[in-house]
Amino acid sequence: MSDQMESVESFRSRAQAWLEGGGLPARKTSADPREAPAAGESDHETDGLALWQRQRELQKMLFAGGFAGIAFPSEYGGQGLSRAHQAAFDDVSEKYEMPLLLNVPSLAICSAMLIDMGTEEQKQKYVRGAISGELILCQFLSEPSGGSDLAGLLTRASRDGDTYVINGQKTWSTNAFAADFATCLVRTDWDAPKHRGLSMIIVPVHDPATHMNRVQMVNGAMEFCEEFFTDLVVPAENLVGTENDGWTVGQRQLFYERQAVGGGSPYTSGRSPDRGSRSGLTIEEVARKVGKDKDPATRELVGWAHAQDTVNHQLIKRITVGMTSGDYPAMASSMMRLAHAEIPQQKQDMMLDIAGDQAVTSLPEGDGFLKSIGVSYLMRQGASLGGGSSEMSRNMISERVLMMPREYAADRDVPFKDVRRGR
Amino acid sequence: MDLELSEDQKLFRNTTVKFLENEAPIEKVRELNKSGEGFPRDFWSQGAELGWAALLVPEDLGGGSISGDGFKDLAIVAEEFGRLTSPGPIIAVNVVIAGLVEGAASGPDHSSEIEGLMSGESIGTWAAYEPNGHWDPLNPSTSAAANAGNYVITGVKDRIEVGAEADVFLVSAKTDAGIALFLVPADAPGVTVESVDSLDFVRRYATARFDGVTVPAEAMVGTEASAAEITERMFQVAVALQCAETNGAIDRVFEFTVQWAFDRYSFGRPLASYQALKHRFSDMRTWLECCMATTDAAVQAVNDRDPEAGRLVSVAKAYVGTKAVQIVQDCVQMHGGLGVTWEHDIHLYLRRVMVDRQLYGTPTDHKRRIADLIGL
Ligand SMILES: Cc1cc2nc3c(=O)[nH]c(=O)nc-3n(C[C@H](O)[C@H](O)[C@H](O)COP(=O)(O)OP(=O)(O)OC[C@H]3O[C@@H](n4cnc5c(N)ncnc54)[C@H](O)[C@@H]3O)c2cc1C
Repeated sequence: MSDQMESVESFRSRAQAWLEGGGLPARKTSADPREAPAAGESDHETDGLALWQRQRELQKMLFAGGFAGIAFPSEYGGQGLSRAHQAAFDDVSEKYEMPLLLNVPSLAICSAMLIDMGTEEQKQKYVRGAISGELILCQFLSEPSGGSDLAGLLTRASRDGDTYVINGQKTWSTNAFAADFATCLVRTDWDAPKHRGLSMIIVPVHDPATHMNRVQMVNGAMEFCEEFFTDLVVPAENLVGTENDGWTVGQRQLFYERQAVGGGSPYTSGRSPDRGSRSGLTIEEVARKVGKDKDPATRELVGWAHAQDTVNHQLIKRITVGMTSGDYPAMASSMMRLAHAEIPQQKQDMMLDIAGDQAVTSLPEGDGFLKSIGVSYLMRQGASLGGGSSEMSRNMISERVLMMPREYAADRDVPFKDVRRGR
Repeated sequence: MDLELSEDQKLFRNTTVKFLENEAPIEKVRELNKSGEGFPRDFWSQGAELGWAALLVPEDLGGGSISGDGFKDLAIVAEEFGRLTSPGPIIAVNVVIAGLVEGAASGPDHSSEIEGLMSGESIGTWAAYEPNGHWDPLNPSTSAAANAGNYVITGVKDRIEVGAEADVFLVSAKTDAGIALFLVPADAPGVTVESVDSLDFVRRYATARFDGVTVPAEAMVGTEASAAEITERMFQVAVALQCAETNGAIDRVFEFTVQWAFDRYSFGRPLASYQALKHRFSDMRTWLECCMATTDAAVQAVNDRDPEAGRLVSVAKAYVGTKAVQIVQDCVQMHGGLGVTWEHDIHLYLRRVMVDRQLYGTPTDHKRRIADLIGL
C-alpha cells in the first residue's frame, strides 16, 4: 500500500454522509425482528428466499458505495481498511438496513479463510463474489457421525483426472439453501490417520448430484440443512490448500469461526441490535412491558445483564489486543467463544424469569413478543453448540492456553479406515 | 493486568513488585496478623517515597506520575497489593487525596494536607459508612452544625479502613445547606476511635465517634454544592482500585492453583489431565480475563474522567465482585482438604477478595445502580 490510509474520523464522516444521502435504506423500526436478524440466530423470517435476495441487493449497494468488506484487502473487492474503520461504519450504520445475514459464515468465516488459504483465482472468484453481493458462501463441515470430532468425518472425495468426485453426507449447515458455494471438508486418504487424510474443497450448493433437505429446528425455523452427495463432480482447481492437508485449512476456518461467533471478527459489516432474543426486545423493555421495572429484584437482574453484556464486549477487545500483540496464542479466541455462549444464555434466563408466565402462553389480548422469549429459550443451547461446542472451547483453553495434558484419543496415529466409529 | 502498558509503566510495576516482595512477603503478612498490627508505619512511608500516594496529585502540588496517566499507574500498584495481600492504606489514602484534589476546585485549600498524605507522613481515610447502614455516602445522619465560623460535628461512622491508624478523617455530614465533607483530625477533642478486625489478615477497620467535634470552616472539602460530585469521584477511585486489587489476588491464586494441578497426582496422573477439572480451569481462566477486561475499562475511564466512568466502575464491581470470590472458592476446591487449612495461603486471598467484594457497595448494590444509570 503506497498512499496513507484514510483516517477513521474522515472515513466515519464520509460513511455517514453516504448513508444520509440514501446509500442504504433506513431500518423501519428498531424493534422489528425481521429488520435485522442477528448472525447465527435462526428465525422463520430467515427461511424465505426473498429475504436472501434482499441481502444480496443490500450488499451490492454497499459495494457500489465503496463500503463493502471494509477490512478485506482491496485486491479482492474490499476496502483495505482496518478493524477500527469497520467499527466506525458499524456505529454509523446502526439505523440502516444492513445485510447482516451475510456476515456469518459467508464473509467472516469462509471469505476470511480463503484470503489466507485460497489460490489467487479462488480469491478473485469467491471472496470478490461474496464482497460484491454476487454470491453467498456457507460451510459444509459437520456430519451426522459427529461435529465435535470434525476430523473424523466420513464424506469422501476421490481424484479423477481434473476433478474430484464426492460422496457422503453433511448436516447442520446453516442457511445452505440460500447459498451458492460451500467450503466442504472431505476425506481423500483413508489409509492416513484422521487429520492427515482430509482436503478442503469448494463445492456448488445447488447441483443435481446434491440432494438437500431443510431440517426444522425446535423454534420452528428452517435454517438448518442437510446435504447428500452422490457422485458430485467438482473441478480439481476447487481444492483449497493441498490435497490431504485439509486439516490445516479447516483449522484456519475454525479460527475465523470462533472469532466470528465470539463477536471479534473484523470481517463483519453491521452490528446486530443488542438484544436477548428474537423478540427484538431488550431486557429493559421486557421489564417495562410486564410492569416490573420498579421491582428491585428485576432491576438487579437488568443491571446484571447490562454488566455482563458490557464485560463481553470488553473481553473481545482485550483478547483481540492480546492476540494481535502476540501475548496470547490464537486459541485464546476460545475464551471469547465461551463467554459469548455463556453470557447471552444467562441473559436469556433472566429474560425468561422477568417475563414470567407470559413467556409461555399467548394471551388472546396479549403480546406475542413475550411468548417469543419462551420460543427463543427453546434454542438456548444453540449458542454453545454452533461454531464448536462450549466443551470443545474448554478443551482448547485448557490444552492450548493453559497447556494442560491433551485428552486421550483412541484414534491417534491409527489409519482412519481402522478407527472405531459409532453408529 | 493491562495488556497495553508502556515501558515506563512496566518498569514502575517491577519496582513495586520488588519492593513488596522484599518488604511484605506473605510470611510478613502472617506475622503482622499475629501481632495484631495492621501495617508498619515505615513500610507505608517507604511506599510513599516510591510515589504510591503521589499519583493522583497534580504536578503543581508536587505530585505526578511517569506515564502521565496517574490513575492507571495507581491501579498497577493496587493490583500488586492484591497479588501478595499486602498491608497498607493504598486505597484509603488515595481516595482521600482524590477527594481533596477534587474539592480544591470549589472549596478551601488543602494543599498542605495533600502534601502530608503524599509524603506518607500522615494517613487519611474516608469515613462514609454509618452503623447498620448500607453503602449510601450521600445520606449521612452525622451532622455538622454551623457555629460562629466553625462547624460542630456529631455522629458515628464505622467500617473506616485504617481508622485506628489514621491521622485525619474525611467525614461526610449533613449541614443546613445539604451534604458536606470535612477533614477532621483524629486527635481533635471529641473524637474517639475503636479499632475492629476484619476478615482480611492485615486490613483493619474502626468505628469513630464524633461527639461535638469543632472544626473550622476551612476544614470543609469543596462545598455543599460540589459534595456529591466529589463523593462520586472518590467512590469511582475506591471501586476501581478495589477491582484492580482483587484482580491481582485472583491472578495469583489462579497461577498457583494451575501449578498445583500439574504437580498433584491422583490415580497415577496429574489433576491437570482430568477433563472435569480442565473445564473448570477453562471457565476460571475466561472469567479472570473478563475481570481484567472490565477493570481495565473502568480504570481507563476514571483516569480519563470519561462521563461513562460511573457506569463502567459499577459494571466492573458487579462483575469482579461476583466472579472473584467464585474463582477463589473454586481454586480452594481444586486444592482439596489443603485448601481449607489455615496453613495454606489461599485463605489470605479469599479474605482479601471477600472484603473487597463487600465494601463500597456489594455487587447487588452496583447492579441496581447500573439499572438507575441506564435509565430503567
Ligand atoms: C446454530 C447452529 C449452527 C450451525 N451451523 C453449522 C454450519 O453452518 N455448518 C456446519 O458444518 N455445522 C454447523 N453446526 C454444527 C455444529 O458445528 C455442531 O453442532 C457442533 O460442532 C457439535 O457437534 P455435534 O452436534 O455433532 O455434537 P457431538 O459432537 O455429537 O457432541 C455431543 C455433545 O458431546 C460433547 N462432546 C463431544 N465430544 C466431547 C469431548 N471429547 N469432550 C467433552 N465433550 C464432548 C459436545 O460438546 C456436545 O455437548 C451448527 C450448529 C448449530 C447449533
